[in-house]
Amino acid sequence: MWGTVRQRLGGYSAYYSLQRIGLGHLLNSSKCYSSEAAAAKKMTVREALNSALDEEMSADPKVFLMGEEVGEYQGAYKISKGLLEKYGPERVCDTPITEAGFTGIGVGAAYYGLKPVVEFMTFNFAMQAMDHIINSAAKTNYMSAGQISVPIVFRGPNGAAAGVGAQHSQCYAAWYGSCPGLKVLAPYSSEDTRGLLKAAIRDPDPVIFLENELLYGESFPVSAEAVDSSFCLPIGKAKIEIEGKDVTITAFSKMVGYALKAAEILAKEGISAEVINLRSIRPLDRATINASVRKTNRLVTVEEGFPQHGVGAEICTSVIEESFEYLDAPVERIAGADVPMPYAANLERMALPQVEDVVRAAKRTCYRSV
Amino acid sequence: MALAHVASSTSRSNLLRPISAIISPNLRRQLSTDDTRTLTIETSVPFTSHQCESPSRSVDTTPSELLSFFRDMATMRRMEIAADSLYKAKLIRGFCHLYDGQEAVAVGMESAITKKDSIITAYRDHCTFLGRGGTLLQVFSELMGRIDGCSKGKGGSMHFYKKDSGFYGGHGIVGAQVPLGCGLAFAQKYKKDGTVTFALYGDGAANQGQLFEALNISALWDLPAILVCENNHYGMGTAEWRAAKSPAYYKRGDYVPGLKVDGMDALAVKQACKFAKEHALKNGPIILEMDTYRYHGHSMSDPGSTYRTRDEISGVRQERDPIERVRKLILSHDLATEKELKDTEKEVRKLVDDAIAQAKESPMPEPHELFSNVYAKGYGVEAFGADRKEVRAVLP
Repeated sequence: MWGTVRQRLGGYSAYYSLQRIGLGHLLNSSKCYSSEAAAAKKMTVREALNSALDEEMSADPKVFLMGEEVGEYQGAYKISKGLLEKYGPERVCDTPITEAGFTGIGVGAAYYGLKPVVEFMTFNFAMQAMDHIINSAAKTNYMSAGQISVPIVFRGPNGAAAGVGAQHSQCYAAWYGSCPGLKVLAPYSSEDTRGLLKAAIRDPDPVIFLENELLYGESFPVSAEAVDSSFCLPIGKAKIEIEGKDVTITAFSKMVGYALKAAEILAKEGISAEVINLRSIRPLDRATINASVRKTNRLVTVEEGFPQHGVGAEICTSVIEESFEYLDAPVERIAGADVPMPYAANLERMALPQVEDVVRAAKRTCYRSV
Repeated sequence: MALAHVASSTSRSNLLRPISAIISPNLRRQLSTDDTRTLTIETSVPFTSHQCESPSRSVDTTPSELLSFFRDMATMRRMEIAADSLYKAKLIRGFCHLYDGQEAVAVGMESAITKKDSIITAYRDHCTFLGRGGTLLQVFSELMGRIDGCSKGKGGSMHFYKKDSGFYGGHGIVGAQVPLGCGLAFAQKYKKDGTVTFALYGDGAANQGQLFEALNISALWDLPAILVCENNHYGMGTAEWRAAKSPAYYKRGDYVPGLKVDGMDALAVKQACKFAKEHALKNGPIILEMDTYRYHGHSMSDPGSTYRTRDEISGVRQERDPIERVRKLILSHDLATEKELKDTEKEVRKLVDDAIAQAKESPMPEPHELFSNVYAKGYGVEAFGADRKEVRAVLP
């Protein structure tokens, strides 16, 4: 575990500028890997998605992509750029704007044995296809006692973008995360994105792959291993982005970036935060989360979505159930505001978690006044 | 010379006596067991078409096929009646949607296609499953929630599947099976299998939006999808004229061709399905509307007589029953005697009773099965029972 963390820290050193954070006890180990850091390739999340799709389509002829604008438009967010030219219209299918219909068609193709990747332009539109995702895809392996498995991936942007208003900003991690039969993944970095999408496409079960529009253009260093076409990350395993000893902060998707920034700020004030990138909402890596809280004795969960019945609620409860005696402070949840997303920029800012919210909650768990 | 054609009359129940009636009894016995002899029989009514030509009313069949129609439909009928009794005896729980009256659709379709073609339907699926090669034991065990059921007791009446012979369920959500069926057709085309998918739905589901979404995509992409509306004229308790502005379901595809078929005539169903398969492989989707009827209510909790008269039900039973129609054909062509057909029915009854007895002996699933098949690949994650500190499992 420690060895892996050191390696990752080496890779990220260029990105997080460890020397400025004052995590001195980690600097020595990171210096050993500086040469590796210098060699690290950079890749945007968009490139990560495109390359993962390309490789999996190349490796397995049963994999095909369908969704609105995925073909000739090169992808609404240019995620599927170049794929139509490379694989042709039988494997990259532009659909009409009919989510219920084309999602059902994708699930039916998966019943027959193909491996569809269904793109939703955002997961807000997937609500029109919810019956097929849950009743036709998630439950079928169980209802058929294993006769019919559904190797399908539903992917697309999830959560808030910028100024797109209430109907285009919801985070669906908690809704899908509650449903048995689904696997729900939420990558943060490019390495997460590549590894998890490839794992999702290879997986024999329905996978919900929650991306984030605002992360598409962000660039992350990727290791040589991650660039290899056989690279795959395990489903159901969280990643400890930064080790710490005072408070555990869990996050997924874009909020991981916020948690890391909060950790920087907290470190300056002498609070060592351990940041866990969940990567997988379902299965949830309760083992890693609990092990971390047993070490730090404090928990802050961060998510963009609505607070009631959210991912944080599940994490907090899991920790209370499994690690009650280890808690030195009440568990804290940072989530989106309990309102539909407003448009005005100042209200939008208030409706979403900000770095200072995470910092404040972490300090509360340490009994520090804000 | 063996008889070849029987001219049809306008009345459905009247068939001209064929020449074979004149032949001596000994010769007659040999003729009826001759499998390869072709009989050409006219359907009860002509087909009505939309945006395509109708297939011929003259259907080729063989004595062996007619006898198997009789036997299969009698088995299906007996099975559904027995399920009714089991439900009233509380051995079957929850939902139970019976198909008696509609047997000709299941049986006629099977005779026109192979097990490599796919069928997907909604929840009135017991007979369709049987037609695809399922056994009576699997049906009754599943209905009673036992491990010998086709879904090992975990599905129930609405979730029968038989993937190895192209039966994809068994779906509880009205209309969902239609896009799924178009997806099966997509995959068949993708894999260049040369096979087709029959997606069955009722007159109630015919108004679903997702059906038109899937039909649009199927027509755009030339998918080998055949949408079969089993129009039994009632969507649960609502008559078709109260639910559909246009109950001409075979025309509702607009740009997609359609055919209206007498769904109580197994030979008409066979002809239509054969025609549809050829069409779908060359030209993309087509709609078949089967004019059929269910004797039971929508499900076992619906008496079926509050929204239609008992006279209507008994009228259809008298005039249009699919099994009686085939019985008359068999008798008039001297393919079997009345006693032989009655013996077949007795045999079928015994098979059904034996299957029920065997199914009753089948055990309920083991407790650990609660957690099996949630995923095809579980990664060793934990799942919890009602009291998570008491009941936990690891998903393999």
